[in-house]
Amino acid sequence: MANLKDIRKRISSVKSTQQITKAMKMVAASKLKKAQDGVVQARPYASKMSDVLASLAVRVKPGKHPLLQRRDEKKIELLVITSDRGLCGGFNTNVTKAADNFLREKKEGCEEVVMSVVGRKARDYYRRRNWEFKTEELNPGSTSFSQAEAIARPVIDRYVEGEIDAVYVAYTEFKSAMTQNIVVKRLLPLEPKTLAEDEVPVEYLYEPSEDALLADIIPRYIYTQMFSMLLESIASEHGSRMTAMDSATNNATEMTAKLTLLYNRARQAAITTELMEIVSGAEALN
Amino acid sequence: MESDKILLEIASPYRQVLNIEVDEVIAPGEEGQFGVLPGHTPFLATVTVGQLMYRQGNQMKHVAVSHGYAEVEYHRVIVLLDAAELPDEIDLDRAEKARLRAEGRLAELGHEDRDYYEELAALDRAMNRISIAKI
Repeated sequence: MANLKDIRKRISSVKSTQQITKAMKMVAASKLKKAQDGVVQARPYASKMSDVLASLAVRVKPGKHPLLQRRDEKKIELLVITSDRGLCGGFNTNVTKAADNFLREKKEGCEEVVMSVVGRKARDYYRRRNWEFKTEELNPGSTSFSQAEAIARPVIDRYVEGEIDAVYVAYTEFKSAMTQNIVVKRLLPLEPKTLAEDEVPVEYLYEPSEDALLADIIPRYIYTQMFSMLLESIASEHGSRMTAMDSATNNATEMTAKLTLLYNRARQAAITTELMEIVSGAEALN
Repeated sequence: MESDKILLEIASPYRQVLNIEVDEVIAPGEEGQFGVLPGHTPFLATVTVGQLMYRQGNQMKHVAVSHGYAEVEYHRVIVLLDAAELPDEIDLDRAEKARLRAEGRLAELGHEDRDYYEELAALDRAMNRISIAKI
């Protein structure tokens, strides 16, 4: 029979843990709201950007810009996006698992894989596995377009210089607070869109020249993609932290109920024993 | 009324700024201002820091814009920008402070400094905001 004092201690410790998880859940919920807004707000820009690029790209020859050129994928780069902080359920392990699977798959076809990471969790995970990183960024739970640019620019440079032939990104796609998809998406080279059979490309006027515009827009488009990936990853992080903390809070409630029951039983047992002792003591006197 | 209106959509990475029907758009292109009336030929241009104006009826309105692109179709103008602000969103104090900061930095830097042009651009943006907020 567990000691009464021990059970009491357990109960109060579970309760204080619950307070923490509850608070974390609420913080995550409000951060999620903000991050979700960010994702939604960024969508019109991103989708229009890809429209503009698509309408531009169908009209130029594929070889015209280095970022539209496809090469054999001999050397590839994998960029893994996770969070800095833990306590968000399987969020980070899911991403690294997907990234590991991807690495295993690509091992045969490629000569070399280089790696970049965003987020402390990915960094620590792959550092333990003796990877070296081309780019290493933290992910403090909020982002800006300039951060996306700072991450994407060196990647683009490496691609243009021929150091790598393709770039993939492993991150979490945000669907809703409950559902998130882990995806490995190709960032570079861009998938050139093709026109449908009956579609006729509209003749455009350009200012400045077509080439100058293309050279300007394509990197921007990639920054935009990077930005939305970061936003989605962050929203997913808060979403999964919220769910994780919610279930932790529920578990704590369950546990307190169980422990309280145990405590009461132990208390009653103690009282019963005491009574028995008194009764038998009184009987012995008679 | 679709034939004589233009749908003007302005978006920055952080939000959709405008999505309205207008009669005319005048945007600061990199190679000079350009005006768009309904039925404009398809046109793609880079936009630079300045004022984008649009007309609704007799009313002319302004938006502070920074670098970006404008895609013009017959009855639609899509403007994608790094940042865009409507006049009533501009924080005049902040813009003034940004202007003073940029001016201060510029006074210290020489032409050959890398930051010089960044500061110049910052000054540009601040001045642009101030001038629009004061309209």
